[in-house]
Amino acid sequence: MAERATSLGWQVIRGYAVLVYIFMFLPVMVVVLLSFNASQFGSFPMTGFSFRWFIELWENEAILRAFRTSVILGLLTAAISTTLGVLASLALVRYRVPGANMISTILIAPILVPEVVLAVALLLFLNFLGVNKSFTLLLFGHVIFTLPFVILVVQARLISIRRDVEEAAMSLGASPVQTFFQITLPLMLPAVLAGALFAFTISFDDITGTLFWKPGGVETVPTQIFAMLRNSISPEINALGTVMIVMTVGLPLLGAAIARQISKKSGL
Amino acid sequence: MSVEAREKRQPWILLSPALTAITLLLFIPLLFILVYSFWLRTATGADEVGFYLDNWREALTDAFYRDILLHTLKVAAITTVVCAVLGYPAAYFIARSKGNKPVLLLLLMLPFWISYIIRTMSWINILGVSGALNTFLLWIGIINEPMQMLYNEATVILGLVHFLLPFMVLNVFVSLDGIDETLEDAANSLGATRWQSFLQVTLPLSLPGLAAGGLLCFVLGAGTYITPLVLGGTSDAMFANLVFEAIITQLNWPLGSALSLMLLAVLGALVMIYNRYLGMAQLMKGLG
Repeated sequence: MAERATSLGWQVIRGYAVLVYIFMFLPVMVVVLLSFNASQFGSFPMTGFSFRWFIELWENEAILRAFRTSVILGLLTAAISTTLGVLASLALVRYRVPGANMISTILIAPILVPEVVLAVALLLFLNFLGVNKSFTLLLFGHVIFTLPFVILVVQARLISIRRDVEEAAMSLGASPVQTFFQITLPLMLPAVLAGALFAFTISFDDITGTLFWKPGGVETVPTQIFAMLRNSISPEINALGTVMIVMTVGLPLLGAAIARQISKKSGL
Repeated sequence: MSVEAREKRQPWILLSPALTAITLLLFIPLLFILVYSFWLRTATGADEVGFYLDNWREALTDAFYRDILLHTLKVAAITTVVCAVLGYPAAYFIARSKGNKPVLLLLLMLPFWISYIIRTMSWINILGVSGALNTFLLWIGIINEPMQMLYNEATVILGLVHFLLPFMVLNVFVSLDGIDETLEDAANSLGATRWQSFLQVTLPLSLPGLAAGGLLCFVLGAGTYITPLVLGGTSDAMFANLVFEAIITQLNWPLGSALSLMLLAVLGALVMIYNRYLGMAQLMKGLG
């Protein structure tokens, strides 16, 4: 093994990997850098350091409205999707269900269907049923394409929870309902939180389906950015991008930290 | 009710909300657009119910649609190959690194969490007329005037690679990480060079991960319409852009249905082939 660290081949691979990391991060770092640019154009050169674009962002009514819409949509999506996903995952992990493979494939089908196709199908079908482009349609859409991700994440975490703890509670006289709320749910909490966070983030970030489903005049953060891009890149977009980066990277990291704390406390 | 009967019923009660949602919001809508694709949009803008083959004839025979479909498959294929070329060595580095693997992996996954639209538009900051690259090249004096580097097929592929690379790295990593390293050592001790043992032992064992990553890159790449709108020029429309045009701009929903189903059929066929030979389990490993 010692020779690998010094071998030429390994050095080349490492150098290559560093370049790939730079490729992934450079554009993002440039967005953050430019969001602090004092210049009134959203581009180089940097003329000074300034928070003015964040202040303008805060005063931009359209962006704030989009932000509110995205947060509400994300929270509702996460609540519904996580509930459905946790129940389904419990069934798949805890019971021997005939045709489990088939059911798993059905449950992840929304990932396998291209999102554009899913968007068209849902829009046209619900329109036929009398549901026009609306917040409800957006919510249905976001639930259906976040659900598979929630199921995959929750299932992966549920497998690691030992069943005998629940059996112990039951044998000590707890009812199934008591066992669920006092033993299973607390143990599952990290899995549930991870699923909810995943659903929120995916919903918050979605643009492909959202552009099909959103009613005129309603914007989410990504569609608002998209609409602003039609003009030219303004420093405000970079500032909004920085806020999004902090939110979408910060939130999952925070969630992971909380989950670790919870699992540490419960001692499992 | 007997205990066994209840045991049998419980999982179905737990599954029914999710299965109902997917049936009502995905499967029935898909069947519905199949029916819809045989209706006809009349000159007045109303849809005529019936069994017309016009939309399908147009979607399947019009050279315009065929060319854009081929262009879409080409862009997706190049994207997938570039993702593999960039992603495989990076995943190999993470899997075989003696450093902190989870942190290295997390670091490469971070952009995955960053907004797709932000990451796509961030390339305008790099490649735009007053972007980082032009500013730099002007500053060191290689060029005298900013170059127009944006809004072509190459930048669409660049944006897609940047968006999809994490999927490739994650899938390849999962499969490389599962390979017993002593296999390589065994090959080496039997006289194989490092390169030989990689080509004959490690690479074949990691192919399922590479295939899973490739499938995801291809399917997600071929289904996109945002990247060509942001980073492409007027002639870089992909198939999903046609769907968007038909549905949202022209409001020709029957034709839009036919085009959507065409895209679904092409990409669905790929997923089926993949499932036939490699199974869904590998794909789920990488996604979970």
